[in-house]
Amino acid sequence: MSEHQHDHGAGEESQGHPGGTPDIQLSYRAKRSLAMQELLVEKGIIAPDDIQRSVESARARSPSDGARVVARAWVDPAFKQRLLDNALTAIAELGYDFVADTGLVALENTDELHHVVVCTLCSCYPGALLGPPPDWYKSLAYRSRVVIEPRAVLREFGLELESDIGVRVIDSTAEIRYLVLPGRPAGTEGMAEEQLAELVTRNSMIGVGLPLSPELVTT
Amino acid sequence: MSEREKPAPAAHDRGGWATEEPVDQGEHQWADWEYRTQALARVLRSKGIVVTDEMRRGIESIPAPEYEALSYFERWSASFETLLVEKGVLTPAEIDEKMKEVEERWG
Repeated sequence: MSEHQHDHGAGEESQGHPGGTPDIQLSYRAKRSLAMQELLVEKGIIAPDDIQRSVESARARSPSDGARVVARAWVDPAFKQRLLDNALTAIAELGYDFVADTGLVALENTDELHHVVVCTLCSCYPGALLGPPPDWYKSLAYRSRVVIEPRAVLREFGLELESDIGVRVIDSTAEIRYLVLPGRPAGTEGMAEEQLAELVTRNSMIGVGLPLSPELVTT
Repeated sequence: MSEREKPAPAAHDRGGWATEEPVDQGEHQWADWEYRTQALARVLRSKGIVVTDEMRRGIESIPAPEYEALSYFERWSASFETLLVEKGVLTPAEIDEKMKEVEERWG
């Protein structure tokens, strides 16, 4: 029998494999994190499978959750109004449960006003609807620049807005997260809610992109 | 406005800093330790050991040169250590001791 390649000791065995890139070379701080986790388990402060269970529930979340919310708002004006009035209770109708002490606000993009979301201080993001934030959302360049030159940053993402469309940059906090509600693309009349959801990209819900055109997904 | 009236923002307070660096849109696949580190935050919160604002304060109090040098989840690791030691959940000595085992395993 060949040697097991990922046998890195008790911590690994008891916690399972998170499904990321296997740890090969770890930095000091990465090792420090694993050391603390193992200590917490040894001391009985956390259970051996707490970490793995949390990894699995985090991995289950993706932008398709947010896309369901947006598609529902496109087809159901009453739901859209509830979403804009109180996003937390509206997404609960679809079975989404936000962190209890965190607010959620939906921002509607219109022909006159485009919203783009940032967290200048760190990385606050509506993870329950979009999964983990992309690397660029956490980058120093995005956090520095999007608040002073949003149109230039949007251009880097391939989004050229007409000059008569206003841009509002919203800075997230640990208390309030934001979901951009993009406008429904033209030519989607008569499409079913599930098909519409496929048009809703992650970037369109952050505000650095637009939903896909229907011809890209209906073939 | 003189510098005395307007102190330089802390390293984490990034909005409006002058930079022409383009936004790197590449995304790396998370390593296992990054998934585990993110998970640890959620576990510690769910058990009431830390709250989100403490996590943030732990990150925001990392000295500027270190803040710039550390990767995203390395900052989280530093924050956990600050908080868990402050709260008396772990001691620096026992983390150092456990580090020896981890170092041996990982080289």
